[in-house]
Amino acid sequence: MKVRRLPSVSPALRTRTSRLLIALVFCGLALYPWLYGKYLTTVLTQWLPDTSTAFVILAFTVMGLGLNFVVGYAGLLDLGYVAFFAAGAYVAGWLASEQFASAGSVSFGGTVLPGTPGIHLSPWLVILIAAIFSAILGVVIGVPTLRLRGDYLAIVTLGFGEIIPQFVRNGDNLGGFNLTNGSFGLNGIDGLGFGNKVHHAIHTLPANFLNELDSRWYYWTALALVVVTILSSILLRDSRLGRAWIAIREDEDAAAAMGVPLMRTKTLSYAIGAFFGGAAGALITLQAGATSPDAFSLQVSIFVLCMVILGGIGNVWGVTLGGILLAYVNYKGLFAAGNTFNSTFGTNVDVPEYSYLIYGVAIVLFMLVRPEGLIPSARRRAELVDEPEEENVAAEGAPA
Amino acid sequence: MTAELLVEAFSVRKEFGGLVACNDIDFAVQRGSIVSLIGPNGAGKTTFFNILTGAYTPTAGEIVFDGQDIVGLPQHKITALGIGRTFQNIRLFGAMTALENVLVGMHTRLDSGLFRSLFRTPRQRREEKEGRARARELLAYCGVPARAERQYARHLAYGDQRRVEVARALATEPKLLLLDEPTAGMNPKETSAFVDFVRRARDDRGLTVLLIEHDMRVVVQVSERVTVLDYGEKIAEGTPDEVTADERVRSAYLGTKPVA
Repeated sequence: MKVRRLPSVSPALRTRTSRLLIALVFCGLALYPWLYGKYLTTVLTQWLPDTSTAFVILAFTVMGLGLNFVVGYAGLLDLGYVAFFAAGAYVAGWLASEQFASAGSVSFGGTVLPGTPGIHLSPWLVILIAAIFSAILGVVIGVPTLRLRGDYLAIVTLGFGEIIPQFVRNGDNLGGFNLTNGSFGLNGIDGLGFGNKVHHAIHTLPANFLNELDSRWYYWTALALVVVTILSSILLRDSRLGRAWIAIREDEDAAAAMGVPLMRTKTLSYAIGAFFGGAAGALITLQAGATSPDAFSLQVSIFVLCMVILGGIGNVWGVTLGGILLAYVNYKGLFAAGNTFNSTFGTNVDVPEYSYLIYGVAIVLFMLVRPEGLIPSARRRAELVDEPEEENVAAEGAPA
Repeated sequence: MTAELLVEAFSVRKEFGGLVACNDIDFAVQRGSIVSLIGPNGAGKTTFFNILTGAYTPTAGEIVFDGQDIVGLPQHKITALGIGRTFQNIRLFGAMTALENVLVGMHTRLDSGLFRSLFRTPRQRREEKEGRARARELLAYCGVPARAERQYARHLAYGDQRRVEVARALATEPKLLLLDEPTAGMNPKETSAFVDFVRRARDDRGLTVLLIEHDMRVVVQVSERVTVLDYGEKIAEGTPDEVTADERVRSAYLGTKPVA
């Protein structure tokens, strides 16, 4: 089948109008909790995600953007990205729950009442620590595995994606120490909030976000994280490091001959991807209040990888769109579609049950019709569509 | 006299399983000279290049580059010490522009890392700006037309791809430039222009050039010394005239049996 070329968005993004458009879209996203409550409900209520669901969608988009550093930029196929989600989730659990009650009551900006047993750090700090811990884990996993290439790397990362949940499942008795609480997982994890101390100083900032309305705060936190991830993507892409990643993706041997240190550069992309995966994992866990090894299945890795592929490998905006779309379909769209289907035809089909069938078909169709993704990077297009396009070529080089 | 020699290789040996690709080769290159490495296909020339650049680790032997033993060093360290190369089949980064290709070549000469890039420090901006200017100069120096700078390497004309590859190798700021069959696919006019270019680059930049070449006219025109490999062994060495007159070289190329 012939590859159909749709007009590309990337070059246009350089113009001022497109920047304005992006700014407007993000302003709109920031206002979504209000819009949803007031104006949008009447018409589309069934199709629109509520603020909590929208939070999950954005948090998963961060994972897609994080994986894009590894798969999109450096070209390393990572099938075990869920490992970093798990790491972030458990760090959040350890540092903001009663798991380590034996340590007494340690609180530093925590959102719980003083005197609650266990470690309770400020959730913002927890997210940062989780991200850094994940990045370190990324280095630890990356150093032995990233020497492998292509399929071999994919298989080993797949293995690590399975090892981590197994470790968590069996980590309830490490020489008598209960680290992970086994297959029960961690429960009663604190939510986001500014902590009691800040609340006492500034009363408008709530100590915790336990109110129904406070799902807005979660949403905004996730949106802020999306923005930070996008900015980091763009800044790193257009730098010496970003060029080295792409050079490795294009031709590893030539990159090495040009003086690019392969291991260090690859490990760095892996660690940065892990950083954002860990941050997203911690954020999702702080909202859910619990985590368990069952949440870390291969499907999560595949799901996040699909965001990158469907959106457009290597293109920040494509991956952002792909992430939001796919997570929307997964957490809202399929339910809504199922309900509409059932009420229209008077049937009783559990549509979300068939999600993986639907994703599978969607991916096959995508690979046939538009393998470069929704918004491909100009580079990717150069690879898949072999005719010269002089006017578009410079698009990726300039800061967007 | 050692300082006169930029590269010294002592009985360098490379085996792939049972195949001996380089059989105890002794080799030396004078600083500032242009040396050709010739030999029939499969003689071990490219293997020798790959050993010099660190892509292969020799089975045995020693290589001293600019006074330092380089055997076992990772490739990027060797590049940083000053060995730059081009490839037999052009290996540009296809989905990067010509300019970006050259910037990758500068990798070891720039030093902005993760944090400077994330925060776009003044130092990073200055370095990036200067790097781009230098990359443009290099492309122009190598004869790449300005309009090609922002095109993806895979979309460039064949001749321009060759030129960009040389510019990328020069961007590593090499003391020793390795050119693997640089004139392959060039017409006679381009070839003779290239010969002039290599001479000029050597003089302008204080390079030492080692090239693998099949075109004997180029070899005779450009090189001061020639080394001949056959089946992984060095069979002759000397000035172009000496080598072309050598009986063993003739037999290696033409297949005639040497008389007794």
